[in-house]
Amino acid sequence: MASPLVAQREASAAPLKATKKRSKAIAGWGYATPTAVFVLLFFVVPIIIVARMSVSDWGLFAGDQGWNAPENYQDVLDDRLLWPAVWFTIKYTVVTTVILLALALGLALLVQESTRWTGFLRTSFLIPSALGLASASLLFYALYSPQSSPLDFFGPVSFLGTPGKALWSTVALIVWRFAGFYMLLLLVGLQGISGDVYEAARLDGANRWHTFRYVTLPLLKSSIALCTILCVTGSLLAFDQFYILTKGGPDNSTITIVQLVYNMAFQGQNNLGRAAALSILILIALLVLNALQFRGLRDKES
Amino acid sequence: MLRFVRMPQYVLTGALALLFLFPLVWASYASVSPQPGTAQTSGFGFANYETLANYQAGIGQYLLNSTLVSAMTVLFTLGVATFGGYAFAMFRFPGRNALFLVTLAILMVPYATLLIPLYVLLNQLGLQNSLFGLALVLTMFQLPFAVFMMRISFEAIPKDLKESAEVDGCGSFRALTHILMPAVKPGLITVGLFAFLAAWNDFITPLVLISDSEKLPLPLAVANMRQQVMGIVDYGATEAGVVVLALPCIVLFLALQRHYVRGFMSGALKG
Repeated sequence: MASPLVAQREASAAPLKATKKRSKAIAGWGYATPTAVFVLLFFVVPIIIVARMSVSDWGLFAGDQGWNAPENYQDVLDDRLLWPAVWFTIKYTVVTTVILLALALGLALLVQESTRWTGFLRTSFLIPSALGLASASLLFYALYSPQSSPLDFFGPVSFLGTPGKALWSTVALIVWRFAGFYMLLLLVGLQGISGDVYEAARLDGANRWHTFRYVTLPLLKSSIALCTILCVTGSLLAFDQFYILTKGGPDNSTITIVQLVYNMAFQGQNNLGRAAALSILILIALLVLNALQFRGLRDKES
Repeated sequence: MLRFVRMPQYVLTGALALLFLFPLVWASYASVSPQPGTAQTSGFGFANYETLANYQAGIGQYLLNSTLVSAMTVLFTLGVATFGGYAFAMFRFPGRNALFLVTLAILMVPYATLLIPLYVLLNQLGLQNSLFGLALVLTMFQLPFAVFMMRISFEAIPKDLKESAEVDGCGSFRALTHILMPAVKPGLITVGLFAFLAAWNDFITPLVLISDSEKLPLPLAVANMRQQVMGIVDYGATEAGVVVLALPCIVLFLALQRHYVRGFMSGALKG
């Protein structure tokens, strides 16, 4: 009675499996479609457009006026603000990354045990990261102003008056805003180190500094590398803080590369083609830099 | 005794914590305290907030703009990332890995590089100067983190639960909405929180895409407010603006701190 049914079921099992696989693939594509549409329309297409714009005479109001390669790239390289902006951005990146990561590592070591007190400390250090970068910049803008600053008990101080002061005041803002964030990333790395390793180091008679230098730091390498990549990339693309705090001043001394892109496109020059050319150059520089960082990382690990 | 020995440590770390909290405490205090050159010249009160409320289109309009953009961004991000994460985690289909990699590649491209062509593209789509267009772009920027997060959330679901969803014989959509969604709720909260914070705080995207002053989100409106009459900056109103901007973020952060921390941890471990 049952045997013909079983035979029938077995006979149809193979094609059934294939159909099922195909229908699963179709369902998979169905669920992935919204992602694909977003990525295609707002990421892939814009990249094609920006490449096209960078070789076209393309004004903000005039629109596309046709091919003009390599004029835009030539104009970018001849721009008198380009090299100062590149130099300033690199300087800012190095200063920010070194200070921020050193401080974040210190904070992470400080709060790595979990007690009530360190819980409070962690929250205090992390709260600034909940603020937007623009809000934090506006806050420091008021904090640094000669009129409303509470920091003038030493007499009148100018925080943004000279190029050097403007740089350090901005670095202070960024350190305040991001130290907790990087502390958190490093804390994850610290908690991944097992207690046995420390125990072994202690048995070998290592003191605190040796333990930190020869046990903690090497094992924390990949977390530190991740933080470095994030911090370097973020700092190279700095915009909000300088746009709000210094507006590029004094005397154009704090213009970053991304600010230059914005100025080329929407302020003064109104030249979208030139801005596109510069942003393509930034993209290439960033890809090369990231490839180098990843390679350096892999070499060290192997 | 041990406590006594540790005293200096408490004092030092406590001072450090205060240093981090100081700017926020100061801004809240300064926004209601008397200062020359602001609306609040004598005694404590909320005159600076009144200035803020009456600035151009009114703070109500800017708050509404920011709320709308943030709500749409959170909604779109959750929708797209839930389906996307489900597809990448549970189905095999041609082009799966390529699509996932291209989604992650969004992280490698600077905002500025994408905003120049997006400005042109949105004009062509008739979405220039629109909060809807702004939310679509902000959603795209959120996708690498959101899709990645939802993918690992779906992959982390216990096998039994996945199998029981299949055995029940309900279609994959019913399995998703009835059985699997509750299991990825922590991932959804993390993704939603990050999308909200990013959309609420973003500055350069609306700066490029929105030119109509009635449609500005709050951070841009507060930043513009500084170039007020005769170049004299009303710092009191700026401080009040910072408080209004920061308050929802800090409240959300404190309420969902655990998810915020976990979101970074799961992202960081794989990084």
